[in-house]
Amino acid sequence: MDEVTVFIMGKGYRVPAGLTIMKAMEYAGYRLTRGCGCRGGYCGACATVYRLRGDYKLYADLACQTTVQDGMYIAQLPFTPAERPAYRLEELRAEGQTLLSLFPELARCVACNTCTKACPQKLEVMDAVQASLRGDIPGVAELTFDCVSCGLCTMRCPAEISHHHVWQLARRLNGAYLTPRAPHVAQRVAEVEGGKFRAELDRLMAMGKEELVAAYKARDIEP
Amino acid sequence: MKTLAYFPGCALKDQARADENGTLAALARLGYEVREIPRWNCCGTVYSLAQDDLMRHVGPVRNLLRVQGMGEGRVLTLCAMCYGTLSRSARFVEDPERLRRINAFLAPDAYNGGVEVVHLLTLLRDEVGYERLAAQVKRELNGLKVAAYYGCVLLRPREYAVDDPDGPTVMERVVEALGGGAVPFPERMECCGAYLTVTQKGVVEGRVGRLLRSARAGGADVVVTTCPLCQFNLEERRPAGAPALPVLYLGQLLAWALGADEPAVGAAITGISSGVRHG
Ligand code: SF4
Ligand code: SF4
Ligand code: FES
Repeated sequence: MDEVTVFIMGKGYRVPAGLTIMKAMEYAGYRLTRGCGCRGGYCGACATVYRLRGDYKLYADLACQTTVQDGMYIAQLPFTPAERPAYRLEELRAEGQTLLSLFPELARCVACNTCTKACPQKLEVMDAVQASLRGDIPGVAELTFDCVSCGLCTMRCPAEISHHHVWQLARRLNGAYLTPRAPHVAQRVAEVEGGKFRAELDRLMAMGKEELVAAYKARDIEP
Repeated sequence: MKTLAYFPGCALKDQARADENGTLAALARLGYEVREIPRWNCCGTVYSLAQDDLMRHVGPVRNLLRVQGMGEGRVLTLCAMCYGTLSRSARFVEDPERLRRINAFLAPDAYNGGVEVVHLLTLLRDEVGYERLAAQVKRELNGLKVAAYYGCVLLRPREYAVDDPDGPTVMERVVEALGGGAVPFPERMECCGAYLTVTQKGVVEGRVGRLLRSARAGGADVVVTTCPLCQFNLEERRPAGAPALPVLYLGQLLAWALGADEPAVGAAITGISSGVRHG
């Protein structure tokens, strides 16, 4: 078995090559209760920074999505302290100054682009900060659609901006006030409330385990 | 059609939309194909005086880098503040050592220097020319009495002034080319109070009162500016009793005079010009 040496929190371990950072940590004996969620690159819980021997750069990525390399120095950042002011969406308006008034530190951005380089989702993070500054809420929502709130940009930002909280507000404003209503949603909610799916759900709830497994295997899968 | 790289700045995409819309409509009529810089960032708003904190210059230099990436050698700004920041940063990195250090940070990108920052007023004066501008006028201003307000950043520090910092004429000449009448306005180079608007409203109100009284004493119907912050202060920090003069962006005046019908031109100017004394 090919092995590589990695340093987790400064201590060296030999681990099989090809593991993700997350699996390598578990292989080394860590039991992850924080810093681990979906294991599929969606939840953003497993933010990790690392350096490679002989390389000046500090890399940032998701532990569940990144393969170990020989000579990797690893530290997890399971939580990013970030300020999020309290707001009530119903009291806000989706207009130019809303993001800036709740997150005035946005104006401290020096356009260094460090956030963009840190983003494991390869988002144009700096552009989203700039769009926030100029009040372009749909632009922010679009640019940050794939943000997993890992907080790595926030950890690296010299302007101390709480990026993912800004993004969340922008997407909420965009969804609540700027995107066209989807009539089929109301229609489907009415159908649900009218009991359209009740019989089917009752049938599933009454099934035993084996019957349920068989039904699951035989289900229709959309192409 | 002449292409022209364009840096809008944040305010022109939000509070000062009217300036951008008006100016772009006017420039199209003057034969320019204006190309907004892709992925521009905030100019920095206040030029950093720190000589040793180069990080503060990365923002403006990154914009110059984007202009370079477009294959353009100069960039137009409308906002007085953006003009100040970008033109001073462009000069700041003429020093090869500073440029080297900023580029080491920007790597793998590198700014080669040399992008020229142009303000709308100098473009109108030096390239369009007052005569050609006058020849393009489609809608008479009928001698609309205009107080041309420069404020600080267009003229200070003097090395970056768009015109003679002690006796500028460019804005008045543009107004006159458009068929307006520039009124005597002794306070035209005074500061509006700028960012004190956040912490010391009273100071700004005092200055704005003086400015508006000076403009009115000269007989102005309207004040014209190129700075979103001046515009905001003149309208929002007007003390009780000071003359309520409308404050327009130069772009609005241009678009109106050149016959643009875009809603951009703004209800404001239609209102003013319908009340203008004819003859
Ligand atoms: S934008 Fe920031 S918080 Fe969102 S995925 Fe990228 S680095 Fe993580
Ligand atoms: S890291 Fe912070 S300061 Fe740098 S570009 Fe991103 S938001 Fe701006
Ligand atoms: S554990 Fe969810 S993204 Fe890595």
